[in-house]
Amino acid sequence: MTDLISTVVAKYNYWIYITLMMIGLYAMIAKNNLVKKIVGMNIFQTAIILFYVSIGVKKGATIPILEHGHGPDVHHVVHAVDYINPLPHVLMLTAIVVGVATLGVALALAIRIYNNYNTLEENEILTQVREK
Amino acid sequence: MIWPIDLAILTLVVIAGIGALMVKDLLGAAILFGAYSFMMCLLWSIMGAVDVAFTEASVGAGVSTVFFVAAVFRTSRRTKD
Repeated sequence: MTDLISTVVAKYNYWIYITLMMIGLYAMIAKNNLVKKIVGMNIFQTAIILFYVSIGVKKGATIPILEHGHGPDVHHVVHAVDYINPLPHVLMLTAIVVGVATLGVALALAIRIYNNYNTLEENEILTQVREK
Repeated sequence: MIWPIDLAILTLVVIAGIGALMVKDLLGAAILFGAYSFMMCLLWSIMGAVDVAFTEASVGAGVSTVFFVAAVFRTSRRTKD
């Protein structure tokens, strides 16, 4: 039992990431306003990025920049355990940029919808679509 | 990673995210989303992902907030939920 509790507490980063993911999913499904839905989509994206960055963390390691990487005496052994794993960081760098691109497209679509229907609420748009 | 700072910032992230979804004004939601992105940036510099933190501070907290504010000014501020 104490084993289970300590495992659950030690991985709190992952619990918070699941919480954020569920907040984003709730907003995408249940919110009525289009901009609120887009905010929820962004929260979902950052939750996934939080998961990937949490994978790379190591205890007692430093940031992934080589120490004494410059200068005349650069011939020394590099221990991988001394550095945080940079591979998930690089993958998530791409994900952030893609996220901003999707945000721009989504907001442009929301502006077009507002110009057509003069509202951002989903149910009002749906009633106007049904009336036509 | 320093876990007390990590836990405090994680709590602030969740509060800012819920606040951005609960506030009844879209401009307020945009600003709270900027605060959320900046907290995420702090979180990543705490976790040692400095390159991701740079990108999040410029792209997430900067450009995303500008996009949201521009979209809110081109549409309407009112929301029912």
